[in-house]
This record gives sequence, structure tokens and C-alpha cells, in this order.
Amino acid sequence: MPYPTDFKYTKEHEWIKADGKNATIGITNYAQESLGDIVFADLPKVGAETTAGKTFGSIESVKAVSDLYAPASGTVTEVNGELATAPEKINKDAHSAWLIRIALKDRGELNSLLSAADYEKFVADEAGP
Amino acid sequence: MPLPAVEATTLTIRKTALNNVHRQMGAKMVEFNGWDMPVEYPSSGGIIAEHNAVRGGVGIFDVSHMGDIRLAGPGALAAVQHISMNDAAQLAVRQAQYSALLYPQGTFVDDVIVHRIGEHEYLLVINAGTREKDFNWVRDNTRQFDCQIENLSDDFTQIAIQGPKGINLLQKLTGADLGSVKFYWVTRGTVCGLNNILIARTGYTGENGFEIYIPSDEALSARVWEEILQAGKEFGVLPCGLGARNTLRLEAKLPLYGHEISETINVWEAGLDRFCKMEKPEFIGRAALEKAKINNLQRTLVGLEMVERGIARDGYKVLDDGGREIGYVTSGSPAPFLKKNIALAYLPPEFADVGSTVKVVIRGQGVKAQVVQTPFYKRPKKA
Repeated sequence: MPYPTDFKYTKEHEWIKADGKNATIGITNYAQESLGDIVFADLPKVGAETTAGKTFGSIESVKAVSDLYAPASGTVTEVNGELATAPEKINKDAHSAWLIRIALKDRGELNSLLSAADYEKFVADEAGP
Repeated sequence: MPLPAVEATTLTIRKTALNNVHRQMGAKMVEFNGWDMPVEYPSSGGIIAEHNAVRGGVGIFDVSHMGDIRLAGPGALAAVQHISMNDAAQLAVRQAQYSALLYPQGTFVDDVIVHRIGEHEYLLVINAGTREKDFNWVRDNTRQFDCQIENLSDDFTQIAIQGPKGINLLQKLTGADLGSVKFYWVTRGTVCGLNNILIARTGYTGENGFEIYIPSDEALSARVWEEILQAGKEFGVLPCGLGARNTLRLEAKLPLYGHEISETINVWEAGLDRFCKMEKPEFIGRAALEKAKINNLQRTLVGLEMVERGIARDGYKVLDDGGREIGYVTSGSPAPFLKKNIALAYLPPEFADVGSTVKVVIRGQGVKAQVVQTPFYKRPKKA
């Protein structure tokens, strides 16, 4: 699955897509593949604050719990309610099954994140020879 | 989101004879008790698909990491009786039983399956993570008996063929009459052209099934694995990893060493009374268990089902309704067949009644759970 070029990526395998002052956040296809069957997403409530690099929730596969790290700071404006009953949507299409939307505090934070090409190279290295 | 390590890095990590086969099939590999093992096969559709294949059809598992100890000789029965809690004198030749090796204090060295494979010959199948400890313990505690102790752990590739269609699958590959082999009995027969293969009607899934023990030669193991998959196509067979093995055994409430049983948990706490034969005059751990039986239990293993949203995981704390810590989760997971979030936990007996409610601490929050009857899953009885 190609990594959209209008997204930015973290080394912790989240993606963020900015649209003006707002942004949508999810996890990458590589992350969903590594996790396997996703069964639970523990997400913040609307109004909660996110801080770049800090956890904002967690996601659980059958086997394991993984923390979610915010790619950017901001205030949660929307939570993907579909995931409460159908978290497997993340496995089906991680790049459209978003987790939260935030109002960005500082759009400049996104400059330090990885581009699609950089992220692809990063995961290729992480997967090993 | 830091992801679980996919590649094993330990230099001394051990591999089964099927390791290359798993890798070629694209299995996700993890380190488990020092072994490089498949946790799931994306080509099978992952843990949930693998789990449900075993409940409804058939799945196969490489369980060669399990260890095997053979005791043979005129004193073999006496030795087995001394070191294990079940009554091996009840075993007919070709019969097997669930049992455990205990410390003098009545806690667990390991749980085992004891197979009586000859008149004076027993095979103990033991856990991967406790192989060396178990073998040393068995050897050291059986010196006074007239029997040979052999560690056969590296001699076998052990493949589990589990699920209601398991018998149909394996019957295509063997001359042995599998229908005549009852649950927890063994037979010997030709499998995939190999003579005199041990076939046991045992498993760790709560489902009907078989475990076969073939020589651990790599090429031969690969050939048998492939033939099983080919023969199973018509039954929708899936190769299954340790992930599904764990969720299957949890639904069936089968204990896992280091979780429900350990060197600090005794037989009564674990609720394994029916496999511990106190009418046997002597076995290691018996005296301590006799004393412990008189005292009230401090904790007991119970089944929990999450009532509120959340998944209990191994090691999570359990609180009473008032917020007091009363116990901990030994194993917790979503149950793919039951479609519930279930857990096993040690709690004081006063909280063990079915229907009583407790809270599991999940990321700092007390999440409501209820004590339920176990096993969570019981396979349907055939008419």
C-alpha cells in the first residue's frame, strides 16, 4: 500500500494530514501489519490536548497494547467513533481509518516529521534485510 | 507507537526444524522462551482467523519447542509416581494423562502430559521454557529408581493438528485407525510414509485433535508439514502460530506455566485438584499440599469477563468495588471465538462466586469485570 505524499509520518508509525489549521491523525499501514488484528482503540475525548511526541491513547491487537504518540500538539476536535465498534477498519485501510482530528497549535511542528519517501525508507530499514 | 519486535536478536535463540518453513511462509516470528517461533501467519489471515479455523475446522501448529523426557525401565512407574501428582498407575499402555511436577512445597516445577508408551516406558511432554530445569529436576529426583532418564527434546518435530476436522485430515495421511484412539490415548502408525510414528490424541486448544511426533530432521519435517497442509486444503486448514495457541488455550482455561501456574502457586490455588491424586501415598509436594488443604485458600483462580470496555492483560491489577487491590490477572485477551474480553485472575475466595463484580486496572482506570463460569469455552459434545 503506497504511503500518501500529502501525509507526514513519525518514527513511531503515526501519520498526520494537515488541512490548514486542522489535522487528521492515524497509524500507518506498516503499523497495522505489524500489530495484526486490531481489536481496540483507546482514544482521547473531544477537547483533550495532545502534545507532540507524547502519548494520546493506545491501540490493541489480540496480542498486545501499543501506545499512540501524537505527531503534533493541539486540541482534539473529533474522534473517529466508528472505531469503537469496528476497530478492524484500521487493518482494512490504515490510511483512511483515521483516529482523531486536532486543531493544530503550531503547524511548524510538522516540518520535523518524515515525508512519505523518508518513512518508506525508514520502515524498509526497520524490517531488516 | 513503538511496535513489538518482529526480528529475534538473541544470538543463542533456538529454532525448530520448521523454522525456515515458517519464514518462507511469511510468518511473523517472535522470541518465546528463548525460541524463534511463529506468532501468526498473515497468509492465514492472522490470529483471529487461525483461532476460528481451529474452532470450526482445523489448524496446525509447530510445537517442537516443547520438550520430551523418556523414563524407561523396571522402576519407571515408581519414578513417575514419585515426581508427578496424578496417578500414573491408572494408565494403560498407550494412555496419557495431564499431570504436574511439584516442588516439596506443592508449587509447580511444570505441568506435563505423561504418556505411557510401553509396559515400563513413559514419555513426559514438558514446556519449552522449562526444558533444562525439568530435565535436571527429573534426573535428580529419580536416582533411587531403576530406570533410564533420557532427554529427547531435540529428537522430535511435534506438530499439533487441532480442530473438529483434524481427524479427517490426519486420517488421510496415516494407516492408523484414528477413530479408535480416544481422547488422551496414543497410538503408533505410519504417517506420510514414516513408520512407527507416535500419534497422541492430545492438544492445547480445547478442541479435539492430535499431536504427532516425527524425527526432527529438517527436510523430513518440511515435507510432512507441507503434506499436512496439502491434505488439509479440502478442510480449509490454516497454519497457526503461538498467538492463536494462546487465545485458544485461554478460552478453554488451560493453564500456562509462568501465568496460571508457577513455582509460587500451589495446586489448590490453581484449581487443578482433579489431576492431583492425594490417595497416592507419596509424591513430591504431597505433604505440603495435605497441610495446605486444611488451611483456607488465600487466593483462587477465577474467570473474568469484561463488562465495561477494555481488555484485561497479563499482570494487570484487580480491585474490589471499593478500590482495594485484591489480586491480579494471569492471562487476559480478547477471545476471538466468544467475541468477549476474558481473563484469568487470582482473587481471594470471597470474590470467586460467579456473578461477583470487580475492577481491572487498565491504564490507571478501574474497568468493571464480572466473575464467570469456566472454562469460558467448552467444545460441543458429539452425539
